[in-house]
Amino acid sequence: MATVPKPNELVIDHKPPQTGWMDTPVVFRPGTWCYGAKTKNLKALDLPNPREWSPGDEDWKLPENWKEIILEGIRERLEKYRSFKIFMDICVRCGACADKCHFWIGTGDPKNMPVLRAELLRSVYRNDFTTAGKLLGKMAGARELTMDVFKEWFYYFFQCTECRRCSLFCPYGIDTAEITLMARELLNLVGCNIDWIAGPAANCFNNGNHLGIQPHAFKDMIEFFVDEIEAVNGVRVEPTFNRKGAEVLFITPSGDVFADPGTYTLMGYLMLFHEIGLDYTWSTYASEGGNFGFFTSHEMMKRLNAKMYAEAKRLGVKWILGGECGHMWRVINQYMDTMNGPADFLEVPVSPITGTRFDNARATKMTHIVEFTADLIKHGKLKLDPSRNDHHRVTYHDSCNTARGMGLMEEPRYVLKNVCNNFFEMPAGTTREQTFCCGSGSGLNTDEFMEIRMRGGLPRANAVQYVHDKHDVNMMACICAIDRAVLTASMNYWVPGVGITGVHELVGNALVMEGETERTTDLRGEPLAGMEESEDEDL
Amino acid sequence: MGIKFSLLVVAALIAVVFLGVKVVGMYYVFGVIIPYLAILTFVGGFVYRIMNWARSPVPFVIPTTAGQQYSFPWIKQNKLDNPSTTAGVIGRMALEVLLFRSLFRNSKVELRDGPKLTYQWEKWLWLAGLLFHWSFLIIFIRHLRFFTEPVPGFVHLADTLDGILQVGLPGIYLTDGLILATVTYLFIRRVVIPQMKYISLPADYFPLFLILALATSGILMRYFIRVDLLKVKELAMGLASFHPTVPEGIGVMFFIHFFLVCTLFAYFPFSKLMHLGGVFLSPTRNMPNDSRMVRHVNPWDYPVKVHTYEEYEDHFREKMIEAGLPVEKE
Repeated sequence: MATVPKPNELVIDHKPPQTGWMDTPVVFRPGTWCYGAKTKNLKALDLPNPREWSPGDEDWKLPENWKEIILEGIRERLEKYRSFKIFMDICVRCGACADKCHFWIGTGDPKNMPVLRAELLRSVYRNDFTTAGKLLGKMAGARELTMDVFKEWFYYFFQCTECRRCSLFCPYGIDTAEITLMARELLNLVGCNIDWIAGPAANCFNNGNHLGIQPHAFKDMIEFFVDEIEAVNGVRVEPTFNRKGAEVLFITPSGDVFADPGTYTLMGYLMLFHEIGLDYTWSTYASEGGNFGFFTSHEMMKRLNAKMYAEAKRLGVKWILGGECGHMWRVINQYMDTMNGPADFLEVPVSPITGTRFDNARATKMTHIVEFTADLIKHGKLKLDPSRNDHHRVTYHDSCNTARGMGLMEEPRYVLKNVCNNFFEMPAGTTREQTFCCGSGSGLNTDEFMEIRMRGGLPRANAVQYVHDKHDVNMMACICAIDRAVLTASMNYWVPGVGITGVHELVGNALVMEGETERTTDLRGEPLAGMEESEDEDL
Repeated sequence: MGIKFSLLVVAALIAVVFLGVKVVGMYYVFGVIIPYLAILTFVGGFVYRIMNWARSPVPFVIPTTAGQQYSFPWIKQNKLDNPSTTAGVIGRMALEVLLFRSLFRNSKVELRDGPKLTYQWEKWLWLAGLLFHWSFLIIFIRHLRFFTEPVPGFVHLADTLDGILQVGLPGIYLTDGLILATVTYLFIRRVVIPQMKYISLPADYFPLFLILALATSGILMRYFIRVDLLKVKELAMGLASFHPTVPEGIGVMFFIHFFLVCTLFAYFPFSKLMHLGGVFLSPTRNMPNDSRMVRHVNPWDYPVKVHTYEEYEDHFREKMIEAGLPVEKE
């Protein structure tokens, strides 16, 4: 694996090269591309052309008629998606998107400008699907699909996190995420996925979650956190699994079960549900909120997402509550009902504690945990001691998908302001709908890609640096499992001294539970503000 | 390369009409036949493109949400940037089409040593773009006075407002200056900003040069190389009433101007200029963010292979029983 240059050694040059972009071939430099999908993972998902290969190889072992397959794939998608057709046609190259992409800002590579990323595909579209392109060729911005062009697609469409920041600034709403989705579908037609996506998708399909945690282990892991909670405040929470007849099915990304700091967020969920006496169940079958199918194709997204409704139906719950996760919520908000609905076997979510009917989820019957908690707090149903988060000076990172694919912006801020006393916003232009990607979204959070991840993480990190310097911010809250995993790395790289937390970890810290012992530490076992000394005494 | 090529094409177009009219005397061709062909191409092409786009369905609800969603009564929704109703979408689209809302968000990133990033105020593109498009629209409306008799009120109004400065004789139109200035700006930024130059295609320069030539010829004709406007109106009315005639003695400047318009019309449907129609159909802007509230149907939805709970339990049954997890089949 390539070593990542230190922050001060990273060269970022925003000047485009001397050669035109069609004449600048892509170089597969280690650290800037992800490993290819393994045979077993493609097979597990019935995806075409399973084989051993590496994007670094000269020969990608594509089927002989790969070009035909791709062109036919484009034609089919033009017929199926108006978005694709229009986005291929109406770009005027005004350049408003050019400096909005975190990957362009961090690499200076012109093909990371959203406009040029799209042109990589558009040029082939013009060549084979438009009269002007057929007649005028390069003069009309058209070029033939060659192996070099195809490799360039792989490189740059797995160097886009589908964060949609560019689409916000585009005067026609051209959405690069949509174009990247199509390009990745095309790449998948001949077996050119990355393994960091294909692997988790295969795991999710067969085992129920991206990490491949089997049912008994899933239960074990959550029960481990039951012990952890008891160690913090003496309260023993009692989660149930695959329980029929529960009122609510709770689904969160498996990352929260598996790795710090997501696990502390998971502890927060468990504590909250226990405290309010929510009649809910976990599922080991639908044990994944995230959706790496979304990073593969619309079909794969549907195949993985199907488990949520299927399990809700089998268990006979009334509605579904979803944990903190970014892409998961774009899928739930914009695709789930269309793909796997109608959820006519469920009821419109109603909070059993406050009686609030979640009208905005009346079709999907799925409510976001932050909406749920915000409502609890608004109705005064939670006893909170925000001073237990006083050792944190908190800022909030909007996840791309909950911001630009949903609009969940005030709810998390409302919750945060109620559970901690020190809250500071990052500068305008880097938050809410204009939020910057963590740099590793859409399945690119793999180690071999670290250099580009850190480069892509720069704009977010820089905004954190600002509040770190100005307000001593030492903790960034977020509501996305990928964020929790990758921002930790990005902060260690760019802004050491800033930790990452889920919103519900902070809720868990602040939540005053019935029968709890005095807390001296937070959920991480770190001393609370003012408790540092008593900790020392214990030693 | 794109610049030279596009300049050459525009120059060639002017040469063709100049020679055609002045040397060969093809008045009828340039005054009647080409205009009819151009308008036919424009209308036919435009309709075809729109129909072709509309033919492809919109399988999913994918608005770019640019503000707070609709959730609780106590949280203020941003109804224009994240609409959940049709009225909201109409508002959003109106802002987008009439005021270029999204472009107004524009900013400029600057990379300093550190590395440190700053985001600068950058509304020039928005301002130039907006002024250019509105100028073009007003100029277009003004020109309807040649094709109508009596001239409708809104055309008079556009004319009066545009000429409000009343400088000199004939009065100067604001839009004449604005369109020249904004097109020039749009060209210069393409050449001066390295990223812009890098992404620009001939198809980006050509319309700019064409419109620049078009506006210049119009301005020359109005203020410097005068043509007989009564005869121009006669020609225009003839075309509009399908009784085309080409009165003698209209200056060649008119034919240059007219031919460039025809070129623009005929070129329009095959080019990026179709963003005029496309923006209305853009799914990230013209859909309400209501997909958790209202079911949206994908017309080509098909069943997919899923891993059912039964298959899952069959695979893990023993482990599940051992772990005390409930199962369907013991």
